[in-house]
Amino acid sequence: MAISRDEVLHVARLARLALTEDEVDRLTTELGAILEAVGVVAELDLVDVPPTEHPLDVVNVWGEDEPHESLPLDDVFANAPAREGDLFRVPPTV
Amino acid sequence: MSAWEPVVGLEIHVHLKTRTKMFCRCPVGFGAGENTQTCPVCLGLPGALPVINRRAVEWTIKLGLALGCEIRGHAVFARKHYPYPDLPKGYQISQYDLPSCVDGKVILPSADGDREIGIVRAHLEEDAAKTVHVGGRTGRIGGADYSLIDFNRGGTPLVEIVTAPDIRSADEAKRFLQLLRQTIVELGISDAEMEKGALRADANVSVRPAGSNELRTRTELKNMNSFTFIARGIEAEVERQVGVWESGGEVRQETYDFDAASGKLTPRRAKEEADDYRYFPEPDLVPVEPPAELVERLRGELPEPPGARIERLEGTLGLERSSVLVTGGLDRLWEETVAAGAEPVQAANVIANALMGAGVDPGSVSATELARLVDARDRIPRAAFDEAVSKLGEPGFSADPYLTQEAVSDESELEPVIARVLEANPGEVEAYRGGKDGLLGFFVGQVMKETQGKANPRVVSELVKAKLSA
Amino acid sequence: MAPVVDTLRLTAEDAIGLVQRGDVSAGELHAAYLEAIEERDGELHAYLRTVEEADGASIPIALKDVISTRGVETTAGSRILEGYVPVFDATVAARCRAAGLTLLGKTNTDEFAMGSSTENSAWGPSRNPWDPALVPGGSGGGTAAAVSAGLAPWGLGSDTGGSIKQPSALCGNVGLRPTYGSVSRFGVVAFASSLDQIGPVAKTVRDVALLYSIIAGRDRCDSTTVELPEEVRLPEDERVDGLRIGVPRQLADLDAIEPGVRAAFERSLELAEELGAELGECDLPLSYRYGMPCYYLVAPAEASSNLARYDGVRYGLRTEADTYDGMVERTRDDGFGPEPKRRIMLGTYALSAGYYEAFYGQAQKVRTLLIREHREALEPFDVIATPTSPAVAFPIGDKAADPLAMYACDLLTIPSCLAGLPGLSIPCGLSDGLPVGLQLLGPQFGENTLFRLGHALERALGFDTVPERLR
Ligand SMILES: [Mg+2]
Ligand SMILES: [Zn+2]
Repeated sequence: MAISRDEVLHVARLARLALTEDEVDRLTTELGAILEAVGVVAELDLVDVPPTEHPLDVVNVWGEDEPHESLPLDDVFANAPAREGDLFRVPPTV
Repeated sequence: MSAWEPVVGLEIHVHLKTRTKMFCRCPVGFGAGENTQTCPVCLGLPGALPVINRRAVEWTIKLGLALGCEIRGHAVFARKHYPYPDLPKGYQISQYDLPSCVDGKVILPSADGDREIGIVRAHLEEDAAKTVHVGGRTGRIGGADYSLIDFNRGGTPLVEIVTAPDIRSADEAKRFLQLLRQTIVELGISDAEMEKGALRADANVSVRPAGSNELRTRTELKNMNSFTFIARGIEAEVERQVGVWESGGEVRQETYDFDAASGKLTPRRAKEEADDYRYFPEPDLVPVEPPAELVERLRGELPEPPGARIERLEGTLGLERSSVLVTGGLDRLWEETVAAGAEPVQAANVIANALMGAGVDPGSVSATELARLVDARDRIPRAAFDEAVSKLGEPGFSADPYLTQEAVSDESELEPVIARVLEANPGEVEAYRGGKDGLLGFFVGQVMKETQGKANPRVVSELVKAKLSA
Repeated sequence: MAPVVDTLRLTAEDAIGLVQRGDVSAGELHAAYLEAIEERDGELHAYLRTVEEADGASIPIALKDVISTRGVETTAGSRILEGYVPVFDATVAARCRAAGLTLLGKTNTDEFAMGSSTENSAWGPSRNPWDPALVPGGSGGGTAAAVSAGLAPWGLGSDTGGSIKQPSALCGNVGLRPTYGSVSRFGVVAFASSLDQIGPVAKTVRDVALLYSIIAGRDRCDSTTVELPEEVRLPEDERVDGLRIGVPRQLADLDAIEPGVRAAFERSLELAEELGAELGECDLPLSYRYGMPCYYLVAPAEASSNLARYDGVRYGLRTEADTYDGMVERTRDDGFGPEPKRRIMLGTYALSAGYYEAFYGQAQKVRTLLIREHREALEPFDVIATPTSPAVAFPIGDKAADPLAMYACDLLTIPSCLAGLPGLSIPCGLSDGLPVGLQLLGPQFGENTLFRLGHALERALGFDTVPERLR
């Protein structure tokens, strides 16, 4: 079960990781080996087996539609890398 | 053009007007200070976990029932991953392959009989936060210097409704949306105001040779924020696609953004990479399995659907008038006004035109007083009628002072005015005599103007007609 | 001045007694632990940071650094959360506080709890108090080392595939991974949501049971929690007459189990029989063949999703760039270490278009089989017993370059985690002078039975939890 360098780059883009060339090389090898190991799940014929949706047999857990206190602004921005006024600032999206 | 048939499906997002957000108990509402309605959950802080809003689930089921859907006994929230700063967790929680409501249909009364619009699904999800792009030449995303994020809107509950590609014209899309909007408003689950973004519609549009069953490549029109724009956008896109096919070209799968400022559809820049949402069941939540009693209770709370009411009124008022009354939320007032003695068509016209034109809240109007005004409409001066209508919503309004005023019906008083008007508009007179009957209203209007609205328009109309046919 | 108490031997229960009787004050107790930390943590690096002042409460506790503590930096062992100070308490932290426990400090962990040796911490590895050249296990190596070296009477860890049980085994502590759904995950930095559970680490089974009773139960902030079906009972019995213990037949064929571990395990089974237990064989064939592959698909998939929120926008590290995408990609590249990157990549791949069915989808079906297999295996038994770790503590650096060798450390702990079942690890002897862990697995919410058997065995075994070199 090998994974190609191109696939690694594609996955890195999906995962939002700017990998260095070295990292891409290393991950291509490591992921290949790991996928080989975990790929044994393919040897089971499981067409009739339902996937586990949840480890706990519980349904209908919800909260009532009653407002709670929101965070004070000091807390909202306590860890913010970049704040402008009462907004979070990020570089342009395009 | 007639050789081609438009095939349109809609995806509609509706903001539910719950008090709190979908997965946290931050309050929902406009006007609060930026980022003041946020908490660890809707900011996506490490370790925060979602908790489903029970009311949002119940309202979604209710809407599903109103749309004739099957309510699934087992619905599951999933994570939909895509990268954008307005999505604090990096994924949106949304029902995916197991939505709450499936397989519904809406009857849309139409000129050529009932049309059935299929509802593929209605599911619950959370909205993204608001991003403001700052700086740059145009102030639009492409040229922005940076962006600012307000998470107040992030995590508010949305229902997404997906129709089957059953819609066959721009007008039909518009009428369907108006009916849907009214259905939602009457359920009391959303204000569904498009201007405020509480109801947003995207359209999937393709065309095919009329009479065929094929489905050709479709394009997606996004972010259209009014019924008129939706109809216009679809119409333009249908025309464009027909042009492409007829000139031997091929329609490409594309997404267009509607720009409210220019009123134009512009193609979105193609992404380098196709979307890959990597859906999987949200492990932080458990399935929703609404008990049958709950579904039945909600079914029992449904009001008579607006589509059925349009059909009921159609015999008396015609499709157009009854649609306007019902989708405008005016039919109850109309019914009461008619019950109070008003002539049905007159009452419909007054409510749909004069009352709405004056911006009066129909909920505050006394049907009895309105009925008296409708009845006296031709008898009292137009100016008095208009003023009375504009005050109908005021508490304790009485039609009495207006009903004592009489419109001028005296022929000897009116005839000199009419003569003056006809003399001043010889071209129109000639055209009328040549068969343009529609100009009658023009003459009447001129006379009304000359008399400052005091003339009885019905009498004027009779006199003008007599004079010109002489 | 001589220390007021010998923190090396002091159990939490004893500490509570001392404070209640007024023999020592809460402040003195806190100071005694800080002194022990001062003395021994330079070598062990169990703590990432300590809290200098007792806040008026009584018994100190160490919390793994994945547990959010209001006002106290919480990094999950990652550079991407350097300097992040939570503005809210995790539910377990709040419950500890409400019960009168006071935070002593935050303990080291593999980055985002991903690892079996605590070597993946961005802040450097922790060391095993029995031999500082060895790993303390992981990911909760910090808490385990702290408890073992008398740097905390007890602590909380988080367990996804063995991160409480395995380090407890390697450091000679008692550790409980509770039934999935019995302890709130709210405020605990997520690794894999359908697997993560918070649990206690201590010197005795009774301490573990007591701490479990403090943190367990429904939390309305965590939709996956339930009310415990029965109250937690502090174990007292010294015999376990009639208790049925199943031993998986497949253990015999697992070469990974070291002979010394096997010997200690078998001795503890004989002892259990002497205490009145009935032994039998059970079958977990799929668990040992497919458990690890299944886990290394499900957990990374969920992790890739849970770690998507670290984007440099609202908190944590941020590496500036000209565009939003560039900023996020560079922040994540700078902030995550090799193991989180490996798992994010693996998980993203397993969920991506074209691979979902073969990997994530198939793994979730395997998980269904493992749940069924455990249910059937537990049918005729109250408890299943296995070694916790196939091997004792290994040298730092030994497996660091080989992810698959590291993943194999959790061969015996992973399957029951996938099945959502509780597991208790107690020290059951030494192999080459290093602690061996006995893993006791029960049905959902079977913690009381695990405590009962664990306590009786603990008394009979008489294991000295203080590392020989520190006695
Ligand atoms: Mg949607
Ligand atoms: Zn919130």
